[in-house]
Amino acid sequence: MLETVLFFALALLAVTAAIGMIVHRSPVYSVLMLIITLFSIAGFYVLLNAPFVAAVHMIVYAGAIIVLFLFVVMLLDLRHESDRFTLTKFSRVLAFIAFLVFLGEAILLVKVAFIDGGLDIGLGGQVSQLGDTPSIGKLLFTAYLLPFEIASVLLLVAIIGAVILAKQNLKPSQ
Amino acid sequence: MADFIVGAVEYLSKFIFFIIAVLVISPVLTWVERKQSAVMQDRIGANRAEILGLRMLGLFHALADSLKLFTKEYFVPKGADRLIFHLAPCISIFFAVMGFAVIPHADTLIISGQPVEMQIVNLNIGLLYFFAVLGMAVYGVVLGAWASNNNYALLGGLRASAQMISYEVSIGISLVGIILVYQSVDLMEITRAQGDLLFGFLPKWGIFLQPLAFFIFMAAGIAETKRIPFDAPEGESEIVGYFIEYSGMGFGMYFLTDFLETILIACLTVTFFLGGWQAPFIDGWILQTFSDSTFLGIFQLNNFILTIVQFLAFVFKVCLVIFMMMTIRWTLPRFRYDQIMNLGWKMLLPLSLFNIVVTAIIVYFIG
Amino acid sequence: MNGFEFDWIAIAPFLILSVLGFAVVVLGISFPKMYRGTLGTIVLVGFAVAFLASLQSWDDARLAFGGMITADKFSSAFSCIFILGATLTIGLSINQVEEKYLLYSDYFALVVFATAGMTLMASGTNLLTLFLGLETLSIALYVLAGFRRSNEFALEASFKYFLLGAFASGFLLYGIALIYGITGSTDLTKISAYVSSEGILGSKMFFAGFLLLLVGFGFKISVFPFHLWAPDVYQGAPTPISAFMATGSKAAGFAALMRFMIAMQSTTQSGWQDIIWVIAAATMILGNVIALRQSNVKRMLAYSSIAHAGYILIGVLAGNTIGSSGIIFYLLTYTFMNIGAFGVISYLSTAEHEFITLSDFRGLASSRPFAAIAMAAFMFSLAGIPPLAGFMAKFYLFSAGVKAGYVWLVIIAVVTSMISLYYYLGLVVQMFMRDKEADVAATAPLQPAVMIAISIAMLAILILGIFPSRWVSLFQDLARSLM
Repeated sequence: MLETVLFFALALLAVTAAIGMIVHRSPVYSVLMLIITLFSIAGFYVLLNAPFVAAVHMIVYAGAIIVLFLFVVMLLDLRHESDRFTLTKFSRVLAFIAFLVFLGEAILLVKVAFIDGGLDIGLGGQVSQLGDTPSIGKLLFTAYLLPFEIASVLLLVAIIGAVILAKQNLKPSQ
Repeated sequence: MADFIVGAVEYLSKFIFFIIAVLVISPVLTWVERKQSAVMQDRIGANRAEILGLRMLGLFHALADSLKLFTKEYFVPKGADRLIFHLAPCISIFFAVMGFAVIPHADTLIISGQPVEMQIVNLNIGLLYFFAVLGMAVYGVVLGAWASNNNYALLGGLRASAQMISYEVSIGISLVGIILVYQSVDLMEITRAQGDLLFGFLPKWGIFLQPLAFFIFMAAGIAETKRIPFDAPEGESEIVGYFIEYSGMGFGMYFLTDFLETILIACLTVTFFLGGWQAPFIDGWILQTFSDSTFLGIFQLNNFILTIVQFLAFVFKVCLVIFMMMTIRWTLPRFRYDQIMNLGWKMLLPLSLFNIVVTAIIVYFIG
Repeated sequence: MNGFEFDWIAIAPFLILSVLGFAVVVLGISFPKMYRGTLGTIVLVGFAVAFLASLQSWDDARLAFGGMITADKFSSAFSCIFILGATLTIGLSINQVEEKYLLYSDYFALVVFATAGMTLMASGTNLLTLFLGLETLSIALYVLAGFRRSNEFALEASFKYFLLGAFASGFLLYGIALIYGITGSTDLTKISAYVSSEGILGSKMFFAGFLLLLVGFGFKISVFPFHLWAPDVYQGAPTPISAFMATGSKAAGFAALMRFMIAMQSTTQSGWQDIIWVIAAATMILGNVIALRQSNVKRMLAYSSIAHAGYILIGVLAGNTIGSSGIIFYLLTYTFMNIGAFGVISYLSTAEHEFITLSDFRGLASSRPFAAIAMAAFMFSLAGIPPLAGFMAKFYLFSAGVKAGYVWLVIIAVVTSMISLYYYLGLVVQMFMRDKEADVAATAPLQPAVMIAISIAMLAILILGIFPSRWVSLFQDLARSLM
């Protein structure tokens, strides 16, 4: 009962904040709306019995990435968008098509969830044991060790790339 | 009925902890800052505030300060973003206070036969919650700085947030060493694990098992709270800080956040490195001396006294760490900003990584 | 899962390449004055070791790390193709890098890491591994595309590639999430088991996930309608990197797509083939027709590579043994042809004047005969004229298509191939039959490394064209082991 109430409250918050993020004219307010959206998604993760993912989501997204967004927005001092983005005829058509696609997806999801009685992917009652940190840690270092290590190589590539793109003084080499 | 009593007493005990930590210690901290600095600098300090002729060593100055901040005019600068200007100090305090939710202040208290953990909330992600809160603390600063419509404040805010996210990394990685040694992320488990004795007489506190992590955590913690010597963002007397446009209670809230975060870092240092609520040899003595008899109808006598002793031990250790942080504050001059960044990325981070590697090797072969 | 088996040999190519990349970065920091040739040689030695390591698993196929990765003939063949492409790219870059970019150790390191990502895409048997390989490759390429930071075309190219690539990765992840939601696993064998019992159209969500995955992979191989990034990015990126992208990244995309498609084989209804039919036909037509109008040789080569992706899709569609072996042979020859073509452009370009418009090539035969002959050879091979390798590759692929019953598609392919003759031979005509304009002086110095790379490519397409049977039987052996 409490879960349902929480879910709908968080869902309302998430959707409202997401719409607010797109609609708002000031970039800083958009970023703040994004933070609220991410916060409600973290709430969803907690409701889904995945507190580790919720915490990591907050730490990485809301704690680090959005701070960098804010840096850029503030340094560029974009206060209010004076020129509105105009929709051409073509983009209106595309927007309508995209809306139809998402409507179809929403109908499909509602049908599967409520009418067909949900999906059973055979995980059964294991979910409650899977969400906490020790079990994730165990899995991460045994079954998923390879993707874990590859992800570290990926991060190294990203760091090297970022340093290359942002490097200030290029020393002339031979 | 019994459940109700258990719930009520549990709530009361957590409430007492929260009140003491947040609402009692922080005004006392304003007094400590003034009095300790005075003692260290061989002067008398502020001692003029009096109630009914009682000076009380200047303790009433805390009250006087709060009254002053309440009654000063709180105005919004021209061109400031009103909503965020009002919201930013609140965000700051919100996340500083949220951090207290996972701090264990005593071991289990037995109420009517049911054990109740003395921690406001027992999350199984424990430590990660603290990281999340720490990461969000940046927003209060940077949003307040931006909303002030003042370029100097904005620069101060960006300085502050860059410093905070740099030292967050070192805090996190140094705590990984603690997780490796105590094999758990849950703060209560970590504190309990510090009860064992090493070599028969040395308690297994974090400071003995992870000395390097202790220093890294303290340094990074002080940097995170933007206290001197890391207060380049505030820059009280020389450079303009991020809350320059705030007056009255807005400034009061940032001021309070400063102290709250100091207390939070002190509580965490105590939890991870100084044994938390562990009172090493006294707890055994208490359990032996006092009996099991029912006390006040719901408590167990020895357990109740033990809990109180543990709580007092916790408070004592926190005060000790705060004293140490205040000493550092009044001793060292302010670091330059590039020195701060250098320290964070080029010294503390590699050191903490090195700490993890060495700890992992030792735990693998011995633990 | 009790413990884990750390199978060094299975992951050897990726491991060697990652360590090599890391070593290059460290060397670049420790010895900033090192000659670029020395560093390039170190990288080439590392590539040789990785090449041998990937050949190692030709005979003993193994599944490692709990089904995450496999080392079989497919992965070793593709890894060898990737490493060949990367080697030639490094050869093309050794002199290029010096004049224009001053961070050459990072450049080499990124190329090495990109190759490491490619090997993962070829050997991954789990959607997670495929995705991680894809991302490693993509991020390295985003940065490499924008390496000439002073050139606004390069920055635009990098930015476009990054934005569109990030979107494509988003689609890919969404597809993986949907497929995971339906089948309960990201492991390709489990997904394949689900597909054999239920079919792709069995569940609408699975079909949606499948389509989204196609979008993600389709972006990488630049087929219609996800081809719009290719011309701009190839034009703006440094020429050796355009070569690298056109060959290695496309081959990696096809490797991942093939792994995925083989898992999608099912005995029940398979209506998805119509979608790929349409995509293949549209890609071929679009690529070849738009290339006709290009005056910028790099853009022309970009559209031609889009068209070639369309041809290769016929092989994917065919799905039989000949089809798969045809794809690998095609990718091998295509790597050499394309790197050669881009290589000649890079050979002729200097820091001041990039040799990329058609008019630049006028009368090249008289001023730079080596370059002209090489370019002509690559153009003939791309067009599919015997006895060069391109003809053999197209022949095998089209025959696979006919055998699988897609006659109309092969007819479209042949017709568009004939259309492509116009622009390929147009360049040859420019070089050999037009007179040189007076003021265009081909002033690029002789660059031995680039010349060697181009010569190797020429030799390769000659050998593959004249003696294809040995290679084709090798790849057919491979394809049989896959099915």
